[in-house]
Amino acid sequence: MPTPNLQHVEMHLLLEGVFQMYGHDFRDYAEASLHRRLNKWLAESRFPGFSEAQGPVLRDPAVFQTLLKGLTVHVTEMFRDPLAFKALREEVIPHLRTYPFLKVWVAGCATGEEAYSLAILLEEEGFKDRYRIYATDIDPEVLTQAKAGIYPLKELQKFTQNYQKAGGKAAFSDYYAASFDLAMLEPRLRERMVFATHNLAVDANFGEMNLVLCRNVLIYFKPNLKARVLELLDASLAPGGFLCLGQKESLDTTPWQKGYQEIAPRSRVYRKRYE
Amino acid sequence: MNKSTTPPWQAVVVGVSMGGLEALKRLLSALPADFPIPILVVQHMDPQSGDGLATILDAFCPIRVKEADAGEQPLAGTVYLAPANYHLLVEPDGCLALSIDPPVNYARPSVDVLFETAAEAHGSKLVGLLLTGAGSDGSRGLRTIQQRGGHTLVQDPTEALAESMPRSALELLKPDAILSLEEMAPRLLDLAQYSPPKGLKPTRLP
Repeated sequence: MPTPNLQHVEMHLLLEGVFQMYGHDFRDYAEASLHRRLNKWLAESRFPGFSEAQGPVLRDPAVFQTLLKGLTVHVTEMFRDPLAFKALREEVIPHLRTYPFLKVWVAGCATGEEAYSLAILLEEEGFKDRYRIYATDIDPEVLTQAKAGIYPLKELQKFTQNYQKAGGKAAFSDYYAASFDLAMLEPRLRERMVFATHNLAVDANFGEMNLVLCRNVLIYFKPNLKARVLELLDASLAPGGFLCLGQKESLDTTPWQKGYQEIAPRSRVYRKRYE
Repeated sequence: MNKSTTPPWQAVVVGVSMGGLEALKRLLSALPADFPIPILVVQHMDPQSGDGLATILDAFCPIRVKEADAGEQPLAGTVYLAPANYHLLVEPDGCLALSIDPPVNYARPSVDVLFETAAEAHGSKLVGLLLTGAGSDGSRGLRTIQQRGGHTLVQDPTEALAESMPRSALELLKPDAILSLEEMAPRLLDLAQYSPPKGLKPTRLP
């Protein structure tokens, strides 16, 4: 089959060039969804093929930005997997409450929904000014959206349902103001948030966190990149700290299994053991 | 006796939506526990529905049924279901992958996403089945399977609980066969050149 092989070669060369030129490393991403994203980007671009796109992408940072955006689409919701947030509230918060100050890292925060969900959770659990949330993503453009905290109003119905299933204690409408077809989250929710660009594939670890959320990020990586990222998450987590993965991600059969205990079967919330 | 020649197929992919639980029960319960080709299934479902479907089908069918995990290599004698709220994809090396990319055809998991990535990975060594369902998810993917030389089967819309998914596929392509649900499992056994171990019936009918 010469046609698909040619396209794979072209994609590979483009990603290699992107890594050397811009330092963004997509070479160890799982291929099926990466290829779909690349094809979607190409179809929406003015280029007939990846080889034709390669020069402009490498020479023009603005063209590269469109590619980066296409490759890092992350769709998320507030309180996605409500039961996971319920587990956080019921099983993890009681431990964290004993800390004088809480450092939380949302790795791969995309447009910020998860970071805001956490801020709401911590506020309701009485953390007040005793926490800071570091929300990072590879794509600076989504961070701009995350900082704004403005979401399409039509999303809010789903967010509200999730919030209620996650054990929310207030009326979700207390947390946003609607204006035309947009909903703006309460500015006070981001007072204790720091947004920063961070690339899990190439950047260093992130200091002594007590809680790290990295959900539905590892599913996009091949085994060696997944191992690198788990090592980085582990190095960023203080002993006794908690790591939350996505519902279909697990530390089972990884070298980190021994160093962590899952707080409830299949909760995908892990506590780092004290050595 | 099983032949030493292995069947040419590397995977069977199945797409189903409305009416899927009943259809999958009937299809999968008619396959033996040692069916020689891995089966990958996208059933549209509510994002919050958990892993109940795999549990139900596993209890009901001789063949093993489980929810797909990212990175696993699909095995014969096993049915892999797309988890609720995730796309199920096939990597070029045949391993399974999951994503939370945006819904396709309003669906996550989407049949097209499974079919298209499986066609890319397995080319002509793929069997695609499109069963009962509302909407048109799966049509394009089934066409891709056919274009790559794979074998395509569509449930007869006149007997499907919801006819629009198979009907929309038939508007886009002429599959290798249009079959009733009853005929699907025998056709798969035929394609797999399955011969049961001596003294055992190939299927356990409910």
